Amino acid sequence: MDETLMDQPLLQVRDLAKNYGARIGCASVSFDLFPGEVMGIVGESGSGKSTLLNCMAGHVSPDAGKVLFSTRADGLVDTVTMAEAERRMLARTDWAFVHQHARDGLRMNVSAGGNIGERLMAVGARHYGDIRDQATDWLSRVEIQGNRIDDRPSAFSGGMQQRLQIARNLVTQPRLVFMDEPTGGLDVSVQARLLDLLRGLVREFGLSAIIVTHDLAVVRLLADRLMVMKDGHVVESGLTDQVLDDPQHAYTQLLVSSVLQV
Amino acid sequence: MSDYNFAYLDEQTKRMIRRAILKGLAIPGYQVPFASREMPMPYGWGTGGVQVSAATLTPEDTLKVIDQGADDTTNAVSIRKFFENTAGIVTTEETTKASVIQTRHRIPETDLNEDQILVYQVPIPEPLRFLEPRETETRKMHSLQEYGLMHVKLYEDISQHGAIATSYAYPVKVAGRYVMDPSPIPKFDNPKLTMAAIQLFGAGREQRIYALPPYTEVVSLDFDDYPFEASKAAHTCDLCGAEHSYLDEVILDDEGNRMFVCSDTDFCAKRQSAGHKGRLAGEVA
Repeated sequence: MDETLMDQPLLQVRDLAKNYGARIGCASVSFDLFPGEVMGIVGESGSGKSTLLNCMAGHVSPDAGKVLFSTRADGLVDTVTMAEAERRMLARTDWAFVHQHARDGLRMNVSAGGNIGERLMAVGARHYGDIRDQATDWLSRVEIQGNRIDDRPSAFSGGMQQRLQIARNLVTQPRLVFMDEPTGGLDVSVQARLLDLLRGLVREFGLSAIIVTHDLAVVRLLADRLMVMKDGHVVESGLTDQVLDDPQHAYTQLLVSSVLQV
Repeated sequence: MSDYNFAYLDEQTKRMIRRAILKGLAIPGYQVPFASREMPMPYGWGTGGVQVSAATLTPEDTLKVIDQGADDTTNAVSIRKFFENTAGIVTTEETTKASVIQTRHRIPETDLNEDQILVYQVPIPEPLRFLEPRETETRKMHSLQEYGLMHVKLYEDISQHGAIATSYAYPVKVAGRYVMDPSPIPKFDNPKLTMAAIQLFGAGREQRIYALPPYTEVVSLDFDDYPFEASKAAHTCDLCGAEHSYLDEVILDDEGNRMFVCSDTDFCAKRQSAGHKGRLAGEVA
């Protein structure tokens, strides 16, 4: 990547807000995300963290604010006001979205290879052999055996489905990955392997990522910086270790002290 | 003449359908919604094609109806009778004499000319339907030209069968823009979709009309390393000896004997009367 680009934020969020009628989804959220940086968003259920993520990823249109993304071709662009065709193009090239439930992000009636190949074909790959090679390569990267390439995701375990979803998203080498509770619903040993894998991929490709989770262990492992949300507002933000080891806001203190120690 | 309005439908309905047809011709391959009427036949028997034919016919027209290439099957005979009764028009079994041809799942072997109209009966007009069940989503994919999913289907074919196993309703790209379902014609017929005649597609249950103007560029989707192939059974017609026509397989007995015959009955009969003979000519009638 161009050296000068490394100093520029990849994503700039400014005063982002979304209301559901009179209720607040999220309000006046602003932050910068730099290339190669992983941002964690934590908070309890209903705190607006998923709303925020969906607003940034373009799944929900925000009521106010800007989401500026530094595109490869045109520089800084407001993804909220850009044409839908461009936003969807961005969503299958430079962006990726990992859903909490693998079923939401996978096509369950299409083989693993087809799932991985879909993004490649969507951006114009028309050589079956190449697509298959890349699919095989990505299966091995996410620790799925190559001979499972023609199996449908419904024949996979939950952890494998989640890894397949990650492979499917990363195959076009996106620069920004949105993750919504990527480890939700998985048992702890599978979680640990998935986190290990994610950490490796993030480092290897220099990915920027925004991870929404209620699991503080996940952000401790993956995130460089942390935002804590409550009732739609960001109550505290800073370096992950700083926020978790020395929480300032009363709610963050409650959150940190609520973690069960084994 | 009968007590029905000409060609069964009332004039307002025909106007509405003609508007949809014109819009379809203006945007080749685009599925135009229309207010499909109840027809005196069940869905799946060609209600869409019949409505398009009714809106297209004039009293001077000669109509031919084929079902899988044949003029003498139930569907073809009853639709031909329907228009004889309700429109009082002349019908024919000869491809060259017809001005309007309604077809179910075949394109006639004989090349059509600029004075002819070919009307297709379409069961499911949306080529993306089996991969993406949401109508809102498929419409958006058409409008934004997001057709990667269509190749996912072909990919699945190759990974499961070693070749593109889709043999009918093979997806095509029309004039470099819309991906279209050519109705369940065999992929053998796909190269013929670029032709001199006007082609109209009517889907009654799904309430969609789409069209191909004459000489529209129609490309069958494929992969670089698995190119499109217009396949047919590797035999000649056992009645007329034709080598390059689409063949039906007919089981003759339960000892494994079978014969291959042209699915286009008019084409086959013409060749036979011109003296061409196949392997079993004369033996089976």
